[in-house]
Amino acid sequence: MLSQNGIPTAEEVTSVLPPAERLTKGPVAIAECFQNIPCDPCYHSCKQGAIQEFNDINERPQINFDKCNGCGSCMSRCPGLAIFVVDATYSDNEALVKIPYEFLPLPEVGEIVTAINRGGQAVAEAKVIKVQNTKVQDRTVIVWLAVPKEQMMEVRHFRVKEVR
Amino acid sequence: MRQIEIAIVGGGPAGLAAALNASKLGAQVILIDRNDYLGGQLIKQTHRFFGSKQQRASERGIDIALELANEVMANEKIEVLTEATALGHYEDGVLLVEQAGKIMAIKPERFIVATGGAEKTLLFPNNDLPGVYGAGAVQTLVNVFGVKPGKRVLMVGAGNIGVIVSYQLLQAGVEVAAIIEGAPRIGAYWVHAAKVVRAGVPIYTRHTILRAEGEGEVKGAVIAQLDDNWQPIPGTEREIEADVICLSVGLTPLTELLWQAGCQMTFVPELGGNVPFRNEQLETSVPGLYVAGDVSGIEEASAAMMEGALAGINAAASLGYTSDTLTADRQNVLDQLAGLRSGPVGEKIRKGLAQCSL
Ligand SMILES: Cc1cc2nc3c(=O)[nH]c(=O)nc-3n(C[C@H](O)[C@H](O)[C@H](O)COP(=O)(O)OP(=O)(O)OC[C@H]3O[C@@H](n4cnc5c(N)ncnc54)[C@H](O)[C@@H]3O)c2cc1C
Ligand code: SF4
Ligand code: SF4
Repeated sequence: MLSQNGIPTAEEVTSVLPPAERLTKGPVAIAECFQNIPCDPCYHSCKQGAIQEFNDINERPQINFDKCNGCGSCMSRCPGLAIFVVDATYSDNEALVKIPYEFLPLPEVGEIVTAINRGGQAVAEAKVIKVQNTKVQDRTVIVWLAVPKEQMMEVRHFRVKEVR
Repeated sequence: MRQIEIAIVGGGPAGLAAALNASKLGAQVILIDRNDYLGGQLIKQTHRFFGSKQQRASERGIDIALELANEVMANEKIEVLTEATALGHYEDGVLLVEQAGKIMAIKPERFIVATGGAEKTLLFPNNDLPGVYGAGAVQTLVNVFGVKPGKRVLMVGAGNIGVIVSYQLLQAGVEVAAIIEGAPRIGAYWVHAAKVVRAGVPIYTRHTILRAEGEGEVKGAVIAQLDDNWQPIPGTEREIEADVICLSVGLTPLTELLWQAGCQMTFVPELGGNVPFRNEQLETSVPGLYVAGDVSGIEEASAAMMEGALAGINAAASLGYTSDTLTADRQNVLDQLAGLRSGPVGEKIRKGLAQCSL
C-alpha cells in the first residue's frame, strides 16, 4: 500500500488507467498521482486541455483520455515524476512506455535496458526507442521504451545494464 | 550605530521575499545571512518543487534561489550582508551582527526574523560514530560540494526530506540500503516515495534504529519493527550494512533571536517546536518584530516565500509606505497561503497555527 511502502495497490492503479478501448487508439497519459497534495503543474502544462482544471490546488489530476494525445508535455513538469505515457499500438507484441528519468548515465537509442516495476523489481528487457532531452524539459529526460505488451502497465522505471 | 528602516535576518526564501516586497514599497532594507550565499535551504534543492504555478511549482529550488538572490543583489534599496551572523537582539531594539571578525550594531525601525529551522537528531547507542549525519548535511555535501558521504546509506525518516535526500543520493551514485520510518505511514508525498521505491529503495514503516554498529566508524545498523506503542518487537531485529546513517527526523524553528527579543512563545509540536505567537500581519507580541518562514513553524518553501512577502509588505506599510495595490496584493498572498494550507496535508499546519495566533 502506498502509505506504507510507497507501492500503489492494483486497485489504485486500475482506477487511473484509460479504458481498454482508448488504448487501441494510440498513446495516452496516465497520472499515477493518488494523494491530495497541493500541486498543479500538470494542469498548467497540458496544451490540449486534457487535464481537468483544478478548483482547489489539492485536487488530484483527472485526465480526459479522449482529449489527451499522449504528447508527454505534462511528464517533465510533474515534480512527482508520476505521469507516464503508454502506447499500446506500437507493434503487435510490444507497447511503448514513456518514462521520466533523472539519472546518469542516460541510455542510448537501441540499447537494451532492464525494465522495472513500481516495486523496484526487474520484470522484462526493454529496448530504448527514443531519448527526449530538450531545454524545456529542464533535465527531466523522457525515455521511450519498447516493452512486451503484457508488461505495459507494470513497467515504470528501468536500469541501465552497465555503466559505460 | 547603523540606523535602518527594516533589518531582515535570514536570506532563505522567506527573507528574500520579505526584502523584495518591502523594498518594492520603498523601504530601505538590510538583509543579513551567515552563509556566504543567499537562498538558505533552497540552494540544496535540485528537485522540482510542488505547489501552485504562481509560486513557481515545478521549478527546481536552486533555480528559484538564484533568481530571487539576483533580484535582491540588483536592488539598490537592499543592502546585503553575507557571512554575517546576527548574534543578539537587545531590549533597546539593537541588533548585534558579527561579520569578518567585526561586530556592528544595527538599530532597525522594523525587524523581520526569517532564520529558518535546524535539524533534530535522534538518540540511540553509537549515534556519535563518524558516519552518522543529518540529512541536511548529506544534502549539502552531495548537492552543494559534490562530495559523496559514503557508499551505502541507511536513511532514518520517511518524510519529504528523507525521501528526497535518498533520491538525490541515488542520483549521485550512492546506494541507499533502505528508508526506515517509525510511524505507520509514510510522511512524504507518495509520489516522491513511489519514485525512490521503483528505483530500488525499500521503505519500512513502523521500524526504528536500535543502534549503530562499528568501531571508529559506522559499519552498519540494527533496526527493528515497532508495535502500536512504538516499542521494538523482540525477534524482529535485523542488521543493515551501511557506512552512512542519515537522520531525517524533522526540523525545529531557530528561535534564539525571538527569545532574546522577549517574544511570547509557545510549544506547538505540529510546527516543529517552540514558535512565536503572531497576528495575521505576522507581527509577534513585540511590536515591530515580524516573523516569516520556517522560524514561525516548519512548513515549506512556497509558504515561506508567501509569509516573507506578507511580512515585508506589512513591515513597510507600518512605516507609512503604500501603493495603489497594497490591499489587493496583501489579500492575494493571504488567499494563496490559505489555498496552500487548505488540503489534507495542510491539516497539521492549520492545527498548529490555531495554537499560536494573537
Ligand atoms: C531536503 C529538503 C527538501 C525540501 N523540499 C521542498 C519542496 O519540494 N517544496 C517546498 O516548498 N519546500 C521544500 N523544502 C523546505 C524549504 O527548503 C524550507 O521550508 C524553506 O527553505 C524555509 O525557508 P526559510 O527562508 O524560512 O528558511 P531557510 O531556507 O532555512 O533560510 C534561513 C536562513 O537564515 C540564515 N540564518 C539563520 N540564523 C541566522 C543568524 N543568526 N544570523 C544570520 N543568518 C542566519 C541561514 O543561514 C539561512 O540562510 C525542503 C527542505 C529540505 C531540507
Ligand atoms: S500527454 Fe500531452 S495531451 Fe496528454 S495530458 Fe499530458 S500534456 Fe496533455
Ligand atoms: S504535477 Fe504530478 S504530482 Fe503534481 S498534481 Fe500533477 S500528477 Fe500529481
